[in-house]
Parts: sequence; structure tokens; C-alpha cells
Amino acid sequence: MEEKNQHLETLTEIRSLMEKSSRFISLSGLSGICAGIFALIGAYAASVYLAIDPVLGDYSAYDGTSYSSPNVRSVSDFYTFFFTDAFLVLFFALAFGSYFTIRKAKKNNQSIWGATSKRLLANLMIPLATGGIFCLILLNHGLIDLIAPCTLIFYGLSLLNASKYTLNDIRYLGISEIVLGLIASYYTGYGLLFWGVGFGLLHIVYGSVMYFKYEK
Amino acid sequence: MKSYIENINKAFESRIRLGIMSILMVNDWVDFATVKEMLDITDGNLASHITALEKLEYVEVRKQFVGKKPNTTYAATSAGKKSFVDHLNALESIIKKTT
Repeated sequence: MEEKNQHLETLTEIRSLMEKSSRFISLSGLSGICAGIFALIGAYAASVYLAIDPVLGDYSAYDGTSYSSPNVRSVSDFYTFFFTDAFLVLFFALAFGSYFTIRKAKKNNQSIWGATSKRLLANLMIPLATGGIFCLILLNHGLIDLIAPCTLIFYGLSLLNASKYTLNDIRYLGISEIVLGLIASYYTGYGLLFWGVGFGLLHIVYGSVMYFKYEK
Repeated sequence: MKSYIENINKAFESRIRLGIMSILMVNDWVDFATVKEMLDITDGNLASHITALEKLEYVEVRKQFVGKKPNTTYAATSAGKKSFVDHLNALESIIKKTT
């Protein structure tokens, strides 16, 4: 019996080493929740700017070229607002996200800038950067309606790719984002709503699931 | 019963060697510092265990220079991977036998 326990312990240890050395397991669920909250704030700010109701608003007034909102004074004004809004969301999501993940890495005794985290970032960034550039090209062609769905689809694909190098739950988040992105690209004009669900709600849901699963 | 024990590989009896092999099973090439950090052991300790595994041809060693710094990376050979899997299966069979 004693010997059996010892072997069991060995097997458990091997499993944990295999996991720890190949995957970045310190991604915190709280990082996801934070990203979701900031995304919702950003999406809400955009809906106020465009003067449309965030959930049930009449999106027909927003057709990508003409805006009925009194806040939108010019096209350049529109771009300035959206770039500032997006930048602030990204900045706060990354800042708070990094904080919780660094904190969890310390607890796990996993280095924040090691082979696993570098591999995770590289695999996340390649599809994500492709998506970012593609969205700028869409903007250049004036296909504004497709930008929000495209960010969702490419973000989903990035997560799917990165999931091999971190907690497996990320895979399902990725698939959800892709599905949502495809629906959003069919029902164009509801970009902001889908964007809020994808980057806000889904992050909060998956972040909470991961938090209660691994950190509680 | 005897066949199970035959597959228990003496080379993997130490925890450190099991650790080294576990890491190399799931990664392509891993450098010395990473293995050391994962297992939380001293340079000398790790070096001696890796040398032992290298002599058995379970581990392959590659020495390179990154800039001016020497960088040694390790990978499990196919023989090493096979022996390790056999060893794990043997451990598992023992556990199952005694239940």
C-alpha cells in the first residue's frame, strides 16, 4: 500500500511537470474578468457617443457612413473617438490583466517571462496582428460594418491557436468568439452589440469560470 | 507479475531523472536554465543526472552560442521516450495490480 501511494505520487508529479513545462498555466481568470469589464465600459462609451441604446437601440440610423448622433461632428472626429476609446480599453485591460497574471505566476512559482509565456504570446500575436492589419485595410476600404465582426473572428482564431500553450478553457472561449463573429458578420450594423457581448460578456463569463475552477 | 517489474527502469528511479524526462517528453529543445528552474535544483545536481541520461542515450545534448554566451539545450531521444513510456506503464500496472 505504501509503495502504491509512492508510485501514484510520482505519476502525479510527472503529470504536473509535463503540464507546467509546456503550458503557461498562470493565466488568471481575474484578468479575463477585468478585460470584460473594460470592454463593456468602452462599448457603452461608444453607444453614448453614437447616441444609440446599447442593447435595443435603433441601429438603422448607423449605416457606416452617415451618423445621426449630434456628438459626431466630422469623420475625423469619429475616428479620433474610436481610436482613443479602443486604446484606453486595451491599455486598462492589459494593465489590470498583467497584474493578476503576474500575481498568479508568483503563486505558481512560474516565471512570467519564460519559454512558456513567450511561446503563448507568439502564437497569440501572429493571428491577432494579422487581424489587426486586416481590420485597418477594411477601414481603408470603408467597410466599417465588417470591422467589429472581424475583430471577433480573428481574436477567436488567435485564442484557438494560443490555447495549445495555456489553460485549455481558452479554446472554448476562442470557438465562442468565432461563432459570434460569424453571426455578427451576417447581421451587420449590430457591431457594437456583438462586440460588447464578445469582448465584454464572454470574457467575464469565461474569466469567472476559470477563476472558480483554478483559483478558488 | 514479473514482467511488470522488468519494465521498471533503474535509470528513472531518481525523482530528478523522472523530472528531466517529463519535461523533455513534452518540449522539443529545453535549455539548462529552464530545466533547473522547473525542478528547483542546483547546477551540479542537474548536470550529473543529465550526464547519466546522456550516457544511456536517452537524452541528446546540443551546444550552441547565443551571442557570446554558451547555450546548452536538451531533447529526449526516441529511445529515451520509449523507455520512459514503458517505465510509466509499468508504474501504472503496479498501481492497478495492488488495488
